[in-house]
Amino acid sequence: MATQTSSGSGGFSIGDLIRRPETGSLIGFIVVYVFFASLGGAVFLGAPGWSSWLNIAAEVGIIALPVGLLMISGEFDLSVGSVVPASSMTAALLCGHYGLPSIFGIAGGLTVGLAVGFVNGLIVTRTTIPSLIATIGTMFAVMGLTLGMAVLIKGSTSVSYVPDATTKALLGTFINGMFNVSIFWWIGFVAVYFFFLHFSPLGSWVFALGGDKESARNAGIPTNKLTISLFMASGFGAAFVGVAQVMTYQSAQVAGGQSFIFNSIMCVVIGGVLLTGGAGSVIGIVLGTMTFAVVNQGIFFAALDPNIGSIIIGALLLAAVLSNDSFRALAMNYASKKK
Amino acid sequence: MSANTPVIELRNVDKSFGPIDVLHEISLKVRAGEVLCLLGDNGAGKSTLIKTLAGVHAPTRGEILVDGQPITFDGPRDAQDRGIATVHQFGGTYPLMSIGRNFFLGMEPTKGFGPFKVFDRAKANRIAVEEVQKMGITRITDGDRLVGGLSGGERQSLAIARAVYFGARVLILDEPTAALGVKQAAHVLRIVNEAKKRGLAVIFITHQVMHAMTVGDHFAVLIRGAIAADFRKGEKTREEITDLMAGGETMADLEASIEGYMETHEGHPPKVNTAD
Ligand SMILES: Nc1ncnc2c1ncn2[C@@H]1O[C@H](COP(=O)(O)OP(=O)(O)O)[C@@H](O)[C@H]1O
Ligand SMILES: [Mg+2]
Repeated sequence: MATQTSSGSGGFSIGDLIRRPETGSLIGFIVVYVFFASLGGAVFLGAPGWSSWLNIAAEVGIIALPVGLLMISGEFDLSVGSVVPASSMTAALLCGHYGLPSIFGIAGGLTVGLAVGFVNGLIVTRTTIPSLIATIGTMFAVMGLTLGMAVLIKGSTSVSYVPDATTKALLGTFINGMFNVSIFWWIGFVAVYFFFLHFSPLGSWVFALGGDKESARNAGIPTNKLTISLFMASGFGAAFVGVAQVMTYQSAQVAGGQSFIFNSIMCVVIGGVLLTGGAGSVIGIVLGTMTFAVVNQGIFFAALDPNIGSIIIGALLLAAVLSNDSFRALAMNYASKKK
Repeated sequence: MSANTPVIELRNVDKSFGPIDVLHEISLKVRAGEVLCLLGDNGAGKSTLIKTLAGVHAPTRGEILVDGQPITFDGPRDAQDRGIATVHQFGGTYPLMSIGRNFFLGMEPTKGFGPFKVFDRAKANRIAVEEVQKMGITRITDGDRLVGGLSGGERQSLAIARAVYFGARVLILDEPTAALGVKQAAHVLRIVNEAKKRGLAVIFITHQVMHAMTVGDHFAVLIRGAIAADFRKGEKTREEITDLMAGGETMADLEASIEGYMETHEGHPPKVNTAD
């Protein structure tokens, strides 16, 4: 639905633009960026400004991508909030405490994310528990397990680990002292998810799953497998961020990560994904993430009260939901008027 | 396989969901180039019956035969691969998806190779538009259009065009005319006739006796999950069918007699003479 890459002559057309689900998100991003640019001045427009919001965007963006795909497929994943600390704790324990090479820590951390995602997927597909509740359950379970394991093994709620130079360079360095390397990972993930959702043949399945699960199953789509895979992808994304955090900050905490729950959902919704599933786009999710990050950091550059940032985010969220509905209606009716 | 072998046949099929018995000893045959109209009140079990034929539900007891061979469907995809295409009662099209993607959902054409296979949007759109136009919906010219912008009749035609395109030998339509206006319904009926002419076996579910009379060769009335009447075109008048379908005295009588029969016959419904 968003693969209008070779649309006819390739010429610009209002119709094509409106039909793209991310148009509303693009307008939102431009408005927000111009607003903070006018208040934040040259610093915000320069490298310090860009690096600060891009660093935030990359971290939450790596999680928002799969969370967004899950939402398009009609499911929520709140467990990402505890997968982030669980995976960083796993990596820190394996490498910092047991002294294994960093590759084991990375693999261990990512495995935790995949495993939590698998369990989420199983619960959601095998029972009638809605994913909102199921993943709150796994979130608390994983949080408790993380705390328990850390205290049991290390006797502390924080574990430190100093990674080797290569690992640090790949996952935890700041380029020019400003740009976190995870920005490049985020771009990589964006490319992969963009291909998957909009170009690979499986993309339609995700939309179909969120649009009407029963009909998707009747059409022969392996709905359970697909749901489980998407949950595993979101566990993987959260775990990736957790592992990268250890390599960046050289320590893992049992708490922290809760902010990713709401932040990732906000990025996705501001990015135009339909809360009830069936519609959305990767470009939209990326724009939503950038908008969120610009507000989040722009507040400091503009020297505004942080509470104003929260108000702006809240207003954006409401505006996004309202405007996305209008854009969807336009998209559906556009072509019928053209005749 | 002789020309007279039914393309699809049910023999004494029962379907229960846990303790709930929905279908009782259903036996039906459909031949190529023939339209079977399945009639019955809401909740009679029509949708359950066709979901069993479509591989969505496995029968609890009894046999399904395709070309005279007993088979077990291994899911909806398996039934599809054997040429049984079903347009289910609700949904099947996605308002926020393009016509091309809807048409090929679950059967996406690809280009490229290996992990870089991409959905062939141009091909999907071209074929989808061609096939829908063949069904007489000439208003659709752009495969990128969202299905949500189509009328109910156009959506139904899209779903049927899809079923026919994927090499269906048996076309099952669950109340395709239920939500449509007079003109759109007439259009769907023309499509059913067209499918029949092309030699497909069609199972057509409806509430409206006029729709059934227009296209049906063979009729089966389902009451409380059992076949209450099975007859061919011309064997019953429109009034008789209306009575059977739309309730009234006859329907009430039939229901009472079937219930009574099943109570006294260990849950078996009365034998109905099968029209061939
Ligand atoms: N998956 C299911 N589980 C339990 N009962 C079902 C299920 N599907 C259908 N039924 C029941 O079977 C009966 C027949 O339903 P259905 O086949 O949809 O009827 P119809 O299509 O003739 O209106 C209804 O009483 C319905 O509640
Ligand atoms: Mg029904």
